[in-house]
Amino acid sequence: MTVPDTSQTRLAESRSGAAPLFSATGVTVRFGGLTALDDVTLDVLPGEVHGVIGPNGAGKTTLFNVCCGFVRPGAGTLTWRGQRLTGLRPHQLAGMGIARTLQGLGLFGGLTVLENVLTGADRFRRTGFGSALLALPRARADERALTERALAALTEAGVAEYAGRYPGSLPYPVRKRVAFARALAADPELLLLDEPASGLGAAELTELGELVRALAGRMSVILVDHHMDLVMTVCDRITVLDFGRVVAQGPPAQVRDDPAVIDAYLGEEASRGGDHG
Amino acid sequence: MRALVHRVLPSSVLLRHVLAVLAALVVVVLVLETTSQFRNSQFATMSYYAIAAVGLTVLTGLNGQISLGHGALMAVGAYTTALLLADGAVPFPLAMLAATAVTALVGVVVGAAAARLHGPYLAGATLALAVGVPGLAIYFDGLLGGEQGLRVSSPRPPDWLDDALYFLTANDLTGAKYLAYLGWGTLLLVLLLLANLMAGRYGRVWRAVRDDEVAAELAGLRLGRLRVLAFVVSAACAGLAGSVLAMVVRLAAPSGFTIVLSLSLLTAVVVGGLGSLTGALLGSALLVFLPPAVTNVGTSAGLTGVQAAQLAPFVYGVVLVVVMLVAPGGVMGLVRSWRRRGLRQGGSR
Ligand SMILES: Nc1ncnc2c1ncn2[C@@H]1O[C@H](COP(=O)(O)OP(=O)(O)O)[C@@H](O)[C@H]1O
Ligand SMILES: [Mg+2]
Repeated sequence: MTVPDTSQTRLAESRSGAAPLFSATGVTVRFGGLTALDDVTLDVLPGEVHGVIGPNGAGKTTLFNVCCGFVRPGAGTLTWRGQRLTGLRPHQLAGMGIARTLQGLGLFGGLTVLENVLTGADRFRRTGFGSALLALPRARADERALTERALAALTEAGVAEYAGRYPGSLPYPVRKRVAFARALAADPELLLLDEPASGLGAAELTELGELVRALAGRMSVILVDHHMDLVMTVCDRITVLDFGRVVAQGPPAQVRDDPAVIDAYLGEEASRGGDHG
Repeated sequence: MRALVHRVLPSSVLLRHVLAVLAALVVVVLVLETTSQFRNSQFATMSYYAIAAVGLTVLTGLNGQISLGHGALMAVGAYTTALLLADGAVPFPLAMLAATAVTALVGVVVGAAAARLHGPYLAGATLALAVGVPGLAIYFDGLLGGEQGLRVSSPRPPDWLDDALYFLTANDLTGAKYLAYLGWGTLLLVLLLLANLMAGRYGRVWRAVRDDEVAAELAGLRLGRLRVLAFVVSAACAGLAGSVLAMVVRLAAPSGFTIVLSLSLLTAVVVGGLGSLTGALLGSALLVFLPPAVTNVGTSAGLTGVQAAQLAPFVYGVVLVVVMLVAPGGVMGLVRSWRRRGLRQGGSR
């Protein structure tokens, strides 16, 4: 693969107890009278997989929207590699090395799978409008380099065989992988995954777990999901949200036994009878 | 991995497009040399409709922005050309370039406004443009000639070209044929450039912005800039089309740029299939060749000339409605689905 493998260096940093790659501090978001996030603080270390769990409506997607600049928090700060982020705009993320998958996939219906993923790799383009207009050799070389990245990401997500198909013609689990590949093609340092497991069967869940675990070390991941088993096996640390508040934070074993978590989340999960949301 | 990259990426986009354009050029020469002067002038008309339509199909089909104002942008190109050619000091290719540039500049302004508008608001704003711009010509009648418009001295064929073509085809180069060559040469150049854009990054990101704004933004795409760029490219085409129109019609007058022109262009791209260059060509052919055909049918069915002439817009409307109902993807959409069905029956999947 041509995607540079920096796993060794990034892992070394995390081992030496490096500063967080990304942090959100004291983030509060209100929608009218509803407090969606209340003084939420979260640190992501380089190379770690950080889980964010909580019942529906707990504020997980809103937290991602704050991290991406779609929602401006009423209070709180974001920090990226030690620098405070002010006035973050969504289109800046890719260039900074942050990629995100959307809960509703958000695939481009009129683009083939390959083109979808090429869009994810767009931040690596080096040529401009003039070269494209005249189809100069360097525009072609540029497209070839992007295509190599995109195919590497598709292969990693296990969906390279669908490169020429349109998303609408593919089964849902394949589409999820395409969306995943599109985020990977940006070769991010931080990957935000919003409910990557929703709508997947048990076997696909295991595969997803392996896929995410394989990213650990190479990049940091924030994983939002309902599925306790997935989150517990895949994540290095977990933050539990309930009604917009952090009710627990720590490694899986510690969080699993936290009474506040059982109360807030596992109780609800049990009462919902394993509903896949 | 390299083998895979080569399989999915055509060996050379430019080479393929240049070959296609050269093949098209041969066809154009054959057709123009073997048809009557009347047909030649119809082809000249088709060329400027098509230049504007291919630009519009990029904007509406690829980037999802509707424009009811492209007729007005053509007017900008036409008047610029008329003004520049007035005293014979400016060579016509320079006037064409200037018309393209001026209209592209207008496109920056209109596109910046359009990038913030959606659906009916965008339609309304561009409609206002279509209605307002011809009014300018009447308001500034000292410069722009009012209702009468400006007469344009169309370029005469240079002697060397006349000689060369006579040598090749033993036909004289009439004014109508020369203008048809001029229009089609311009059209093929525009097609080449647009096909390059569509096959590369810009075609892709324009469609991405059209399909999902949030996902496009997360991929690092600047929605506003890409929308304005699409508008500018489209406006440049419209300006160039207006320039060709002015030279073919020998006139730039408000009556040539009514809202009907804008609607006709939109009809052409929708009927041909949004986002398809070939579709835009087919649609433009329809604009030129359908009305006389309908009029003929009308007069032979016993209608008076005036009644028969009024039949044409009606038939447009019917064609548009039928296409929307039967084949929302336009003619090219139908062709694509036939091809796909053929593949499936061939058992290649
Ligand atoms: N744009 C918005 N406007 C108003 N309320 C919102 C908006 N987005 C989210 N909410 C509300 O904020 C709360 C948290 O939502 P969300 O972050 O989507 O939860 P989760 O992803 O954890 O299920 C919910 O009650 C939701 O209805
Ligand atoms: Mg959510």
